[in-house]
Amino acid sequence: MAHEHKLEIFRGLLKFKSNTQKIWGVLIFLTIVTIVEVALGIFKPESLMVKVLGMKLLNWIFIILTIVKAYYITWDFMHMRDETKGLRRAVVWTTIFLILYLIFILLQEGGYVFRVYDEGYIKRDF
Amino acid sequence: MSTAVAESKTWGGGNEPLKASYGKMMMWFFIVSDALTFSGFLAAYGFSRFKFIDAWPIADEVFTHFPFLHGVDAPMYYVAFMTFVLIMSSVTMVLAVDAGHHLDKAKVTLYMFLTILGGLIFVGSQAWEWNTFINGDYGAVQTKGGNILQFVDTEGHRVAIRDFAIDAHGERVRHERKTGLWFVSEGTLPTYTVDEVLNGLEAHDNILVRTQLLTEEGEKTVLSREESIRQIKDNGKLVVEGANLHVNEYGSPLFADFFFFITGFHGFHVFSGVVINIIIFFNVVLGTYEKRKSYEMVEKVGLYWHFVDLVWVFVFTFFYLV
Repeated sequence: MAHEHKLEIFRGLLKFKSNTQKIWGVLIFLTIVTIVEVALGIFKPESLMVKVLGMKLLNWIFIILTIVKAYYITWDFMHMRDETKGLRRAVVWTTIFLILYLIFILLQEGGYVFRVYDEGYIKRDF
Repeated sequence: MSTAVAESKTWGGGNEPLKASYGKMMMWFFIVSDALTFSGFLAAYGFSRFKFIDAWPIADEVFTHFPFLHGVDAPMYYVAFMTFVLIMSSVTMVLAVDAGHHLDKAKVTLYMFLTILGGLIFVGSQAWEWNTFINGDYGAVQTKGGNILQFVDTEGHRVAIRDFAIDAHGERVRHERKTGLWFVSEGTLPTYTVDEVLNGLEAHDNILVRTQLLTEEGEKTVLSREESIRQIKDNGKLVVEGANLHVNEYGSPLFADFFFFITGFHGFHVFSGVVINIIIFFNVVLGTYEKRKSYEMVEKVGLYWHFVDLVWVFVFTFFYLV
């Protein structure tokens, strides 16, 4: 079996000479992202507290950065980048579709229950 | 080309449209199903949080400890360290896979060893984190309705119950089977009773009660002095120290339940990952894959190990950051 790796990340912006080098490059990138997340979590800049689509901007940034990290772990550490299109889509699209669906249903319902407690006649705060 | 030839080419077997071995593909599909289990947990956490969106505990105030640093407020530093350990062990794993492609037995052995080490450090850290969480720090009073009341001084700093509670008479002794009804038993009683907390609260002018409700600025509401005493007197029911599946001094019991289930389920994955890695490590040392001329088994456990790291990235975000 041949072990050819695609050595470009950031859509070809960064090209590594060997697979080992790419691994260290991705590690550095993931570390930077984690440090940014922790720094934002500790300082909580006031300017990022505005609400965007029902959630604080800061939380959206956290979620997006997490997905970025997940992408590089899957694509470079798990070598999804080197798999065929068929396998990649069978795994990634299925998972993402089902997870988004699940999240939508449960969060919608959670918000509804909150409003019933908050505006309805059900008292839980005593 | 006759149809017979084309047919045997398509249906005769031996085609590999996905160009992956059976084992590797099945590992991928196992990962898909496991990812759905974890998202089920995390989405349920999101459901409960949205349900109590105005009174959910603030993670920064819950996880503030760092080993060997007592009394230092260190929100999230330890979890960040744990995240880094896990990412690092993911890197050594992928280096082991890479060395396996070059059939370099010595390097695979070394990197597998480092991966196992990283996994053990992570599981150990999680045990410490659990221990800190279960033992608690400040203590709180639970009301009749199941709400949690915590204590702060006038500047808003947390105050521990042990620092202000004053001994009250009529303390109840823990019931044991040997001293009374043999078919009834009860767990350990909290160190302080609600009366002792009330005595202490009345004696210290600078202590106020903090409820779980979040203000507009996303901070917990602090009650006035009169209201504080009234709440403890009328509604206080039980002193809570630390957290378990029933009560939780940090806020909603659901928070503790999800903490135990999600990080526990993840920790179990890390633990089984370490066990599988150890098995593969010995196979590498014994030269099983050297003889096979293929280190694909290392690649397969590698996939599992990276997946465990991947899940942690999400748990980290949704439990500690958001």
